Amino acid sequence: MRLSIVHRTAYQYDAAVSFGIQYLRLTPYANASQRVIRWTVEAPGKLTRWTDAFGNSCDTLIFDDPGDRIEIVAAGEVETSDTTGVLPDEQGGVPVETYLRPTPLTDADETVADFAAPHAEAVSRDRLDGAHRIATAIRDRIDYREGATDVQSSASEALRNGYGVCQDHAHVFIAVCRALHIPARYVSGYLHVADRDAPAPAGHAWAAVWIEGLGWVSFDVANRTCGTECYVGTAVGLDYESACPMRGIREGGESAERLSVSVDVREKRRPAS
Amino acid sequence: MTRFFDEMSLPDGEVRGAYRALAQWLEDTPVERLKSKRDEAEMLFRRLGITFLVYGQEGGAERLIPFDIIPRIFSAREWEHLSAGLIQRVRALNMFVHDIYHEREIIRAGALPAETLLANALIEPHMHGLDVPRDVYVHVAGIDIVRVAEDRFYVLEDNLRSPSGVSYMLENRNTMMRLFPDLFASVDVQAVEHYPQELLRNLRATAPAGVDDPTVVVLTPGSYNSAYFEHAFLADQMGVELVEGQDLTVRDGQVLMRTIEGLKRVDVIYRRINDEFMDPLVFRPDSTLGVPGVLSVCRGGRVTLANAFGTGFADDKSIYPFVPDVIRFYLSEEPILENVETYVLRKPDDLAYTLEHLPDLVVKEVHGSGGYGMLVGPMSTAGEREAYRARILDCPENFIAQPTLALSHCPTFVDEGIAPRHVDLRPYVLSGETVSVVPCGLTRVALTEGSLVVNSSQGGGTKDTWVLDS
Amino acid sequence: MTMLGRTANQLYWMARYIERAENMARLIDVANRMVLLDVPGQAHESVWGSTLEVAGYPEDFVTFGGQISSSGVVLFLAFDDGFPSSIFSSIRAARENARALRVSITSEMWESINTTWLELRDYDSRTLFNGGVRDFCDWVKERTHSFRGVTDATMLRDESYAFLDMGLAVERADNTARLLDSKYHVLLPRDEHVGGSVDYYQWGAVLRSLSAFRAYHKIYSDVIEPRRVAELLLLRGDMPRSLMACFDRIAGQLESLCQGRPQECQRIAGEIHASLRFGRIDDIFRQGLHEFLTRFIARNADLGAQIEHDFMMLQRSRIPV
Repeated sequence: MRLSIVHRTAYQYDAAVSFGIQYLRLTPYANASQRVIRWTVEAPGKLTRWTDAFGNSCDTLIFDDPGDRIEIVAAGEVETSDTTGVLPDEQGGVPVETYLRPTPLTDADETVADFAAPHAEAVSRDRLDGAHRIATAIRDRIDYREGATDVQSSASEALRNGYGVCQDHAHVFIAVCRALHIPARYVSGYLHVADRDAPAPAGHAWAAVWIEGLGWVSFDVANRTCGTECYVGTAVGLDYESACPMRGIREGGESAERLSVSVDVREKRRPAS
Repeated sequence: MTRFFDEMSLPDGEVRGAYRALAQWLEDTPVERLKSKRDEAEMLFRRLGITFLVYGQEGGAERLIPFDIIPRIFSAREWEHLSAGLIQRVRALNMFVHDIYHEREIIRAGALPAETLLANALIEPHMHGLDVPRDVYVHVAGIDIVRVAEDRFYVLEDNLRSPSGVSYMLENRNTMMRLFPDLFASVDVQAVEHYPQELLRNLRATAPAGVDDPTVVVLTPGSYNSAYFEHAFLADQMGVELVEGQDLTVRDGQVLMRTIEGLKRVDVIYRRINDEFMDPLVFRPDSTLGVPGVLSVCRGGRVTLANAFGTGFADDKSIYPFVPDVIRFYLSEEPILENVETYVLRKPDDLAYTLEHLPDLVVKEVHGSGGYGMLVGPMSTAGEREAYRARILDCPENFIAQPTLALSHCPTFVDEGIAPRHVDLRPYVLSGETVSVVPCGLTRVALTEGSLVVNSSQGGGTKDTWVLDS
Repeated sequence: MTMLGRTANQLYWMARYIERAENMARLIDVANRMVLLDVPGQAHESVWGSTLEVAGYPEDFVTFGGQISSSGVVLFLAFDDGFPSSIFSSIRAARENARALRVSITSEMWESINTTWLELRDYDSRTLFNGGVRDFCDWVKERTHSFRGVTDATMLRDESYAFLDMGLAVERADNTARLLDSKYHVLLPRDEHVGGSVDYYQWGAVLRSLSAFRAYHKIYSDVIEPRRVAELLLLRGDMPRSLMACFDRIAGQLESLCQGRPQECQRIAGEIHASLRFGRIDDIFRQGLHEFLTRFIARNADLGAQIEHDFMMLQRSRIPV
């Protein structure tokens, strides 16, 4: 499937921002399920490309021309194929065991541990099957509800709340898998939804677990599915903090920040010949 | 009762060779003169402002670390043994850090368990696959040593993140030379004043590839930090700029310093700020101490941090028991310095043994430092042991235990006169062009009679440390 | 090795704060004397009111809740730790800067400012009202003179010195201009001609507060007359607290700092310097002294900001995005 993606992020300030620096993780990686045809990142400042330890293509964005509006546009085309959610190639330089360590957002506290315990047996019998059961159980437990949580919400909070967005589902899934000694990682990226006619207000996030002999298997817990050709990943990491599309600081613009995001993912149909 | 090794005298009371001149001098010097010299020393330290801030006290009180005027002395032969062991250990630890962030051969060879190691929160994922100049991660190491017998030196702890105290080592010598020029005239003590130049040479040697005349800076959290004096001292002695995070900025894939002549590139940052505060774009977002974007410059190979990110796992108390194996694995040599036998309470057998032998053991928190939160068995009351036992059982993996070491003692000038007090030693090992150690160290002394806790935060003092020429 | 912008900033502000403390002491001293003199037609309230105005923050005093009385104003201007220009706040800020600058200044300078701070902190403000205001003001002046003496005698004449010197001069020029301006427009009666005994005392007080009373008589050997007071304090380079003397310093320091690297601040300083150097007092009075001073104060502030911009590149507070 050929997907055409436009991802706009705009920050608006009441007072001018004099300097800012951000790490952007907005460029899709290449692997068995996705091939980048063309891709650009545009921003009002200077971009320096680097690769982080997880193998993500990052840009450091510096803006030092004072302004009250900053718009970042990532856009391009990606050719995807369905690998039933399995990615055999390990693209980063981080050892798989790294994905066992808990982070503040995926800490296996008592709530998480209690939730994980009943799945231990299934996991020890068959990891992949266990992971499917965990994914289903999480989705049954946590309603999809937008705007009820934010990026600071931890897996444990989402479990206790019983509601959240795709990011919360991913964090809970990761926390539970790690508690059961399955390496699990966070993926941020884009999702093509066939019947959506308006751009989405945010990107998408899901998770992947490492199954020895198979590779990384993607789980979109929120949508009760494994990865398909509708998914384009841009960054992987331990959790939202290390895989988020952008993170930075600014100097100036002390007043409130208004953020608007639009993500447009369309299938690009080849003209009928 | 334990027999403690006496640094100055042999069991029959005869003075060791290295201490002979000092012993004679002490005998010739009236106590009144020693007292007046001690007061003079204190005045010098106060005037120079060699103070440290005591956290937790109101207003962050500035305090002097007590200085003892009687030096601790090593013969050339003793030092040769000790320094060879230190250099060996730090070489191996540097190779260990490199290996963990690259091929992980030590894990493949089965010498260390993969999961406990790689899931260790002190391993910095962002260091994986990153090459650093000359493969040096630990530019400055402070290795804590205790002596229990003639040729038996134990390593108590490796400090591989941002060890402090070297300014005291240098100022102690400086003060001693001012106070007792006559003493130095009669004894050949190896010089130590070149430490800052050695540090600078090693820092420059690890500048990013292609930089001819590297700019080195010392990065401090600021003038409110307890070790600010030391940061300013080292920058001053090396003749480099002392900067705070706000003085540095990242542009065009480089770290730049804000000067009165505009932005100037910085190549090597000797930083005295912990990893988690260094880059708010990856670590703690609320940190105002660090340099936003510095990680991207590190990954691009355009700046050297000393010490590198992610060295903390290698001095973690949970890794400590493996260090002798680390030395054997990378160097195919037997360790010259001994490790203290360590019970890892995560292991049920070790836990059981420890709980049975609490009165004989020292129990420490895995992530603790500065002598806080530990139980010194032989010095503890039954009540303290019971309280500690509960803490251990609550979370055994947070603790390790070691036998109580019979720390050597050294004559010390205290209120009662000259009396033995227990000492340890922190030498500073530098890596860069080579691995080296200046012939000195910071000797810490427990000023309370019988005490084995030498930490300055717990009422310890310091002494000048002499290594004799021959 | 080139200097950090932040270090330059700390040196510059340390000097400004020291100078500010001294100016405040002078201001208090003169007002206190005028109140004691009991000048006819001059109520105490208006003396202290105008003093607060020169200090730049009359509204602060209102929020401070004090009635305008000698003791209240003196306490406020000297010791209020919430008032940023009080002597207490200025010395504290100078000492904080000095503490961070330990490697950049001489140990004598540090000891001088540190001693001042320790003594000030232990100062018993009650003694002020047993006739001690004058003693206190003398003590402040003596300490700031001592600091400058130590600076002069021990500090290498490099960029560090240049920033200290500029800080002093920018702050001093601002103070002299404000003092002159406040006296001028407060005192000039709408329709009357300037003159008379009230004016004598007022202008005399201005001269005294700037240590220029004797100099005036030496130079002019005549009665005190506003035009000459203004000339002395604006245009005469030999009068150390005059605007001209301040700008001789600033222009000289910028000349050496900007060698080969022209900066906007140097242009601004040159422009102000020229207006003082080639200005005529009659022209200034024709255009209006108040207008001249208002413009000067604004331009001097512009210069201060431009010096910070050109040399110090300060980081503003960081906000996570």
